[in-house]
Amino acid sequence: MIWLASLAVSLPFLAAFAGMLFGPSLTRVLGGRPEAPAPLRNGPALIACLPIAVSLVLAAVAAFVVWRDPGERTGELTVIQTGSVPIRVGLQVDGLAAVVGLMVCCVALAVQVYSVAYMRGDRRYSSYAAFVSMFTAAMLLVVYSGDLLVLYAGWEVMGICSYFLIGHHWEDRANSRAAVKAFLVTRLGDVGFLLGILVLGTQAGSFEIDEILRDQGALSGTTTTVAALLLLAGVAGKSAQFPLHTWLPDAMAGPTPISALIHAATMVAAGIYVVARLYDVFVTSTAALTVLAVAAVISMVGAALAALAQDDLKRVLAYSTISQLAVMAAGLAVGAYNPAIFHLLTHGAFKALLFLSAGCVIVVAGSNLLAHYGGLRRGMPITFWSMTVGFAALAGVPPFSGWFSKDSVIEAAQHAALHGGESTSATALHRFSVDDTSSLQWPGDVVPTFQKLPSAYQSELSIDLRAATAVVDLPAGVAWLVYLGLLLTVALTAAYAMRAWLMTFFGEPRGTYEIREPSRFMSWTVAALAVPAAILGFFGLGKEDLRPHLGAALLSVLLVAVGAGAAYLLWNRDPALDPARALGGVRPVLARAFYVDELYAVAIVRPVQALARYVVTFDRRQVDGAVVGTGRGARWLGGLLRVPQNGNAQTYLTGLLAGVVVIVAGVVIFL
Amino acid sequence: MMAIPLVGALAMLVPGNRFLRTDAAVRVFGTAVSGATLLVAISALMAFDFGATSRMQLEVDREWAPAIGLRFHLGVDGISLPLVVLTALLTFLCFLYTLRHPPAGGLIRLLTALILVLEVGMIGTFVALDLVLFFVFFETVLIPMYVVIVLWGGTGRRAAAYKFILYTLLGSGLLLAGMLLVGAKAGTLDMTELAARHGSGLSHGVQVAAFALMGVGFAVKAPMWPLHTWLPDAHTEAPTVGSVLLAGVLLKMGTYGLVRIALPLAPDGAEFWAPWLGLLAVIGIIYGALACLAQRDLKRMIAYSSVGHMGFVLLGIATLTPVGINAALFGNIAHGLITSLLFFLAGSVKERWGTADMDAIGGGMLGTSPRLASILTFASVASLGLPGLAGFWGEMLALLGAYRPHADLPRETFVTFMAVAALGAVLTAAYFLRMLAKLTHGPADGTASARTPAAVSVQEYAAWTPLIALTLLVGLWPKTLLDVTTDPVRALFGGG
Repeated sequence: MIWLASLAVSLPFLAAFAGMLFGPSLTRVLGGRPEAPAPLRNGPALIACLPIAVSLVLAAVAAFVVWRDPGERTGELTVIQTGSVPIRVGLQVDGLAAVVGLMVCCVALAVQVYSVAYMRGDRRYSSYAAFVSMFTAAMLLVVYSGDLLVLYAGWEVMGICSYFLIGHHWEDRANSRAAVKAFLVTRLGDVGFLLGILVLGTQAGSFEIDEILRDQGALSGTTTTVAALLLLAGVAGKSAQFPLHTWLPDAMAGPTPISALIHAATMVAAGIYVVARLYDVFVTSTAALTVLAVAAVISMVGAALAALAQDDLKRVLAYSTISQLAVMAAGLAVGAYNPAIFHLLTHGAFKALLFLSAGCVIVVAGSNLLAHYGGLRRGMPITFWSMTVGFAALAGVPPFSGWFSKDSVIEAAQHAALHGGESTSATALHRFSVDDTSSLQWPGDVVPTFQKLPSAYQSELSIDLRAATAVVDLPAGVAWLVYLGLLLTVALTAAYAMRAWLMTFFGEPRGTYEIREPSRFMSWTVAALAVPAAILGFFGLGKEDLRPHLGAALLSVLLVAVGAGAAYLLWNRDPALDPARALGGVRPVLARAFYVDELYAVAIVRPVQALARYVVTFDRRQVDGAVVGTGRGARWLGGLLRVPQNGNAQTYLTGLLAGVVVIVAGVVIFL
Repeated sequence: MMAIPLVGALAMLVPGNRFLRTDAAVRVFGTAVSGATLLVAISALMAFDFGATSRMQLEVDREWAPAIGLRFHLGVDGISLPLVVLTALLTFLCFLYTLRHPPAGGLIRLLTALILVLEVGMIGTFVALDLVLFFVFFETVLIPMYVVIVLWGGTGRRAAAYKFILYTLLGSGLLLAGMLLVGAKAGTLDMTELAARHGSGLSHGVQVAAFALMGVGFAVKAPMWPLHTWLPDAHTEAPTVGSVLLAGVLLKMGTYGLVRIALPLAPDGAEFWAPWLGLLAVIGIIYGALACLAQRDLKRMIAYSSVGHMGFVLLGIATLTPVGINAALFGNIAHGLITSLLFFLAGSVKERWGTADMDAIGGGMLGTSPRLASILTFASVASLGLPGLAGFWGEMLALLGAYRPHADLPRETFVTFMAVAALGAVLTAAYFLRMLAKLTHGPADGTASARTPAAVSVQEYAAWTPLIALTLLVGLWPKTLLDVTTDPVRALFGGG
């Protein structure tokens, strides 16, 4: 079991090195043209795709085993003595890890296959594919890790891969800046994360996740709160939550498949995953949950508003990612553990789909700007229908996946708001028996290979149920805030999704390019991803808290209709214009995302730069100046002492006589 | 182990027309001698009993000057073994690099001899077990390094070399005073014996004074803020080989001395000074990082980054916990590997572009010289402390130590240190990424990049690959190093 997981992690890891070192030579051996080799003769592509495919199978097997026989499995590779708290290099597979690991492998494989066509002819494709492999390995390590420090290692490696991949087109200084920004902002959060790990580990006497959760009761409340808040800094950095969200929109400078993999489906979800993994730590700290909830509400509403006014399709999706991640965070804050994880999975599916189809659109149109699209539905039907599914899932149109998951989060938030801020939703549930799974009918038209995957998803969700009671103690005001924020977000999401959809695919074409489907590698991958994005929602039906509830469902459908309808009506007045014009004077504020970037530049970046310049001057003038000054002083002193020894007999004699005079005078005076 | 480079250095005294007529032959000779030393070091590694890392092994103990009780006592344990191997490896790699890229200034015969003497001094420092013997080796290093900077350095070499030698000699003077104070009071100069006593027999005042004297002596070498200003000048002016050995080994002598001598000999003194040491270490981390952020010169930037990294090492020592000392020893090795690699790279960049000024070099190195730029990226990423590479574990363990320092130290102070030092890690990332963005990204727009840079030569690969491989190995499998150091470190604290 554990060897399955370790193999799944190490295969892409080794593939990264192999691809980097031997990828191009393999192309030559296979007889492919070095410039643009055919997919099957493309060395780096083969080295990248095959291991991930194997990892996917391994992850699926692992998930299957966990489904048949629930419970967690841990394995320990070695123990590293540090002189204090030891580090246990070990992996752990339980329901949560298995299902998220499976999702990561699916998206990673889809992205690798897609990239073969998307990056065709790119000179640096081999390093690109290698970094994607490395990233996948790191993400799987985070998912399967049984020790917080091992998790942290994967966590940081993901960050550096993200840096390299955002900066893939480094010829442009803007991309380079975006990459640096992404790494530094997340690194700032990671410092908090590392300190949080150290605090938890030192208190529990172990970095093992199980051990920490077991010792949770014995820990003091303050320590837990401090640790949880520190961890939240890292979570906010990785999952792009307020106030560390600013890197994500800029990260769209990377190639589109990267945005799909790292900045939509997997890495940004890692923050939420960690909160879920250490949920018992967070649940015991009201302060941490409140902070999480407030940050989530600010992020989800703010980012949704910003998404309304973006001109760039990828930036619309980036802000929507921030907003959707905030929905998950809010779900965790109100105690909706299963709904949040459910939303993480569905979001992974539909957001990867949206980005990959956006990639198709961008390749065809040669531009990121919504203003250059229009009328694309005629030339590229596969992309159009896939992206429609994606947008419908994002906006929460029934019966697409996003509707189910978002609805269950809203239901939990409503429950928390109405019942004095205490949500015990997780306790009310009972374990979903295996028999129920088989009784579920599969849609007949699903491709057999895909039938296997969602079934695994499905079963995993059922064993995901937490046995432990999660009583969340959240102030009622905060719970209400979360609930209203969620409702507002639903309407806003529908509006910006509608706007992007209409501007891209409807109206008259605004570009001069030929509208056609891109390479089959790309459009088929997109079509394949559309399947889980559409139907994943049904797999939650088996569980009480993932099932749609009438009141909340009606309300959210209504809000979707309001948001989407408003966008449609505005657009319909003049399909050639951007519906965002109705925002009027607020539009620039939203387009710049409330000027948070500018604020940070003034408040943090420039003072640090000024301080750095000051330190250099200080170092030269003061510290080194003191040293050189000491040297000069010594020389001056030496010069003084040299005078009596300069070999001049006259001076010596004068001195001698003067001394005699002084002595004589002294004798005469004092005696 | 030390005899080989010594004999090699003496052989260089033979006049040029009798022995090894050409420069190339001399360089090959140097490489062979240091290679043989490395082999001996590796065989020592093989002969070392890893079951008892806290015991002194492979000892040599002879009378030296019986009249004043001096002994020629050498030996290695888990603390010194990694440093000895690192020294032998780096010297060998330096010679390998010089095979193809000799520093401008000729006189290769002299350079070879000097570096071999340097190697004797460095290895001797790490294996000496007698205070005076330690001091002799410690000083042996200074003169060759001074000459290397003066003869093969850059334009401002003379001033830099003077500053280097005067500053470090001043430190050595204090160090000698401190060691003799301990030796006179305790009645023996044998380090193993003194360490076994854990300071018993020395009054509190003596220990405080001795630790202060020795501490300042070692801190100059480490270097600790604010005693660091000789370092950037020396590094900037020194030839590549000099910078590599200076950063890779010489700085480690300071922190090694603290762990090996100052700490076990005067534990009370250490406890008294530890908060101050921690404070200066943390200032060094932040200060070094900020100084790097505004640097224009590549070599100077790497030099200041050493101040920051050694700050983490010193912070580890200041916690007076096994995990902190482990952090320091790990940080030593990691810094030795990574910063040496960075200086090698900076030397290659300077050789190709003719300058180390980052604005003049301009961007686009990934386009014009992709291999060099990739290795530079790797080294920078390792240096900024990415988990999975060597740099991370030293920093992480130092923070861990600072979170729970020795029971007698003020906890709140150290927790503050921990938080500030952790922020320093962000600044470290900031300046390395700034450097990478400046040099490797963007269009090739530098004023000095008119000619196309030469591809990476075989010798450069040969010198860099071991460093890259070891950085990866130690980073991915920190157990290799921690297993060796943990036991002796525990023994240092009385078997705890």
